[in-house]
Amino acid sequence: MSTKHIENASAREATSRRDFLKVGAVLTLAIYLPGCSPGDDKGAGAAASGATKFEPNAFVRIGADNTVTVISKHIEMGQGTYTGLATLVAEELDAAWSQISVEGAPADAKRYGNLAMGGIQGTGGSTAIANSYEQYRQAGAAAKAMLVAAAANRWKVAAGEIQVAGGVVSHAASKKTAAFGDLVADAAALPVPTDIKLKDPKDFVYIGKAVTARVDARAKSTGTAKYTQDVQLPGMLTAVIMHPPRFGSKVKSVDDTKARAIKGVVNVVTFVTPVSTGVAVLANDFWSAKKGRDALAVEWDETNAFSQGSAEIMADYRKLAKTPGAVARNDGDVDAAFKKAARVIEATYEVPFLAHSSMEPLNCVVQISENACEIWNGEQFQTLDQGAVAKLLGMPPENVKFNMLFAGGSFGRRANPLGDYVLEAAAIAKAAATPMPVKMVWTREEDTKGGFYRPAYVHQFKAGLDKDGTIVAWHQRIVGQSIMGGGPMQGMVQNGIDPTSVEGAANLPYTIPNLRVELHTTTIGVPIQWWRSVGSSHSAYAIECFLDELAKATNKDPFELRRGLLANHPRHKAVLELAAEKAEWSKPLAAGRTRGIAVHESFGTVVAEVAEVTKTAAGYKLDRVVCSVDCGVAVNPNIIAMQMESGIGYGLSAALSGAITLKGGLVEQSNFHQYTVLRMNQAPAIEVHIVPSTEKPTGVGEPGTPVIAPALVNALMASTGKPIRALPLSAQGIKMA
Amino acid sequence: MAALTINGKSVEVDVDPDMPLLWALRDHLSMTGTKYGCGMALCGACTVHIDGQPSRSCSIPVSAVEGKQITTIETIGDSKVGAAAQEAWITENVAQCGYCQSGQIMSATALLTGNKAPTDADIDAAMSGNICRCATYPRIRAAIKRAAGSLA
Ligand code: FES
Ligand code: FES
Repeated sequence: MSTKHIENASAREATSRRDFLKVGAVLTLAIYLPGCSPGDDKGAGAAASGATKFEPNAFVRIGADNTVTVISKHIEMGQGTYTGLATLVAEELDAAWSQISVEGAPADAKRYGNLAMGGIQGTGGSTAIANSYEQYRQAGAAAKAMLVAAAANRWKVAAGEIQVAGGVVSHAASKKTAAFGDLVADAAALPVPTDIKLKDPKDFVYIGKAVTARVDARAKSTGTAKYTQDVQLPGMLTAVIMHPPRFGSKVKSVDDTKARAIKGVVNVVTFVTPVSTGVAVLANDFWSAKKGRDALAVEWDETNAFSQGSAEIMADYRKLAKTPGAVARNDGDVDAAFKKAARVIEATYEVPFLAHSSMEPLNCVVQISENACEIWNGEQFQTLDQGAVAKLLGMPPENVKFNMLFAGGSFGRRANPLGDYVLEAAAIAKAAATPMPVKMVWTREEDTKGGFYRPAYVHQFKAGLDKDGTIVAWHQRIVGQSIMGGGPMQGMVQNGIDPTSVEGAANLPYTIPNLRVELHTTTIGVPIQWWRSVGSSHSAYAIECFLDELAKATNKDPFELRRGLLANHPRHKAVLELAAEKAEWSKPLAAGRTRGIAVHESFGTVVAEVAEVTKTAAGYKLDRVVCSVDCGVAVNPNIIAMQMESGIGYGLSAALSGAITLKGGLVEQSNFHQYTVLRMNQAPAIEVHIVPSTEKPTGVGEPGTPVIAPALVNALMASTGKPIRALPLSAQGIKMA
Repeated sequence: MAALTINGKSVEVDVDPDMPLLWALRDHLSMTGTKYGCGMALCGACTVHIDGQPSRSCSIPVSAVEGKQITTIETIGDSKVGAAAQEAWITENVAQCGYCQSGQIMSATALLTGNKAPTDADIDAAMSGNICRCATYPRIRAAIKRAAGSLA
């Protein structure tokens, strides 16, 4: 088994039809480039002569010791953003890759806002590289221009005669050279240029080349990378928590006698935030706190407890799916088309709640002092968390300081729009009234049972076919909770439509003349949140599998059916064709083997996957996944391949056995024996093929995820002949080897 | 008080005998390379070597490892096999979030120490106790084979 990443020439041809962004030989862009000191959002550049470091803007710092530090406004949670942003800076700065390191930015939306989130500082929606592509290149280009100007002044030569390559500034005629570090003091005294030229893409040495190792590879291979879990501060206490067993319950009374008797336990507090509540045991170490937590006797006030089970929830959803909902898209005349249709096919698809289940269970370190708060966290949503904590503690947001750590995964979870877990840590430190830092650690059990799940959904489909089997009408009704509704993102909900609920459905790329998408937004007491690929995590499965049902019903090849329906979407079509070509779709497979295909766009990136399965005595074995992706300019092909592999693996966990289920309001799963995830013995070989492109880059952290469930399920349907209309497969009687 | 031998050094830790080795390492010896993922021997993030055997430190009390040789990610690179595994990990760009990788490398090093040329089936058997939520499995497999090649 191996993973290959291959750039493909025929795909280059296929995409040459695309309407490429026309770029001149040299770009001059007015991109927002703030300065290096807090509050300096103008980029004035604090110049000082004799400086030992050179900070031309908020994103780059060059030391006299020749180090180049890239300041990342985005969290590194595995998706490779530190490496991606460093690639952008190194490219325009012409730095040596070995002199680059990356550090996380403080919380300061003025300087480090996400340009794709209206300036809020945060990471999500696969936007990190997309919103930084020009900004971080400009940051590097500005630094380079100033180093060149400094060298020109010193050597008394024209700036235009100076070359920079691999971290060395040189003047050929005079044979003079300088390292970046030698020029730091001079460059720091110069004004920051306002007219910054970016490279012609043909001159790229890093972007698009698989030459750069991840900047965090060594630290993460030697156990030295620091996560929130690893923060150790003098006098620090560890807090282990107990949430109510049912969502919506409150603490009625706590008997902490036994807990306080445990050696190492120093305090037991009840905490309340605008989002959640519970009891925390604070101790000198995790183990004592955990023992204390297990010794608590808590009575819960269940007046407002959510007490439904998954079976009742889904039964309600199915009923709702039979009634008209809010209209998210309405093309042609769907009702008339169904009346005329020669054949109508209906199906209902269902998906359960899912936990994010990052490898590092949720945690956060908070220290409260007089009118200030310091937080150590793998922080994904700085601006919202800063505001929420400031409000809870009654202090101005700028007094809440964040220190960035690596995050051991997130998959959306650390970007809770309500700040749930960060607020809990702050509320615990406040309730304990301690000046000491408090490290709140959720156990795996709390992490699994703690809510903020990918919502459960029902998708009901109806397709109308004419006498030739052409799809003339498409009706999809989606039922489930709204992720954006009710919180700080409420403004995104327009006319009763949360765009994340209908993601992938309302923008269906297939050409079908009469098409309607409706939504029922339910309100139940299960806390929910975005989960890697958000709406696409369920819509791609439902849509792409129903499409295969239609292919089967009309005796069409699933690839050819899609290809025909994508005539107006050449980009999707090219990605689909590349996956099919690389998987040798037209070649018959050996007996016992079948394949499935699916294509889906999310976050501006199109991904197609072909899954190949073998029927064995022990169950179905997923042998291989062939993946093709168009994400615009491939800033770092290695990272793109890694993210496709990761997305596929993450989606596979959910497809195979991922389900959070409730019974009487209680979550039935607690740890990895019940919430089972993909392991080495089930991991397929994965090939990733990148479509060459000169379009602006789009995200890669999420788009690999939604496509694998339908590709796999379609491969299984090709074997069994039966549709699989609910996930996970383990609950549908499908045995995987 | 427990007397332990960690990475070749004798150390005394003032903890209850029932404290899992993981928390003695992390909270009392400041060795945070070994990670907590599940606390139930289900994920492998806490894998260390005890007398050379890959073991889940979250589920072994310190009282059970007194007098045994404990090796952690902090010094596994001092061994030829550990260093080869780490270099292969870097070359193959295995780590994503990286949180599971200390445990993965400890399991892989134990495998490679006893098996110079592991097959896919050997890798499945030795590595399936280590979860990676970033699903870096194909690269872990490639890195183990690369390390085996470099040691041959
Ligand atoms: S933390 Fe020990 S196996 Fe998961
Ligand atoms: S690299 Fe993230 S869990 Fe393995």
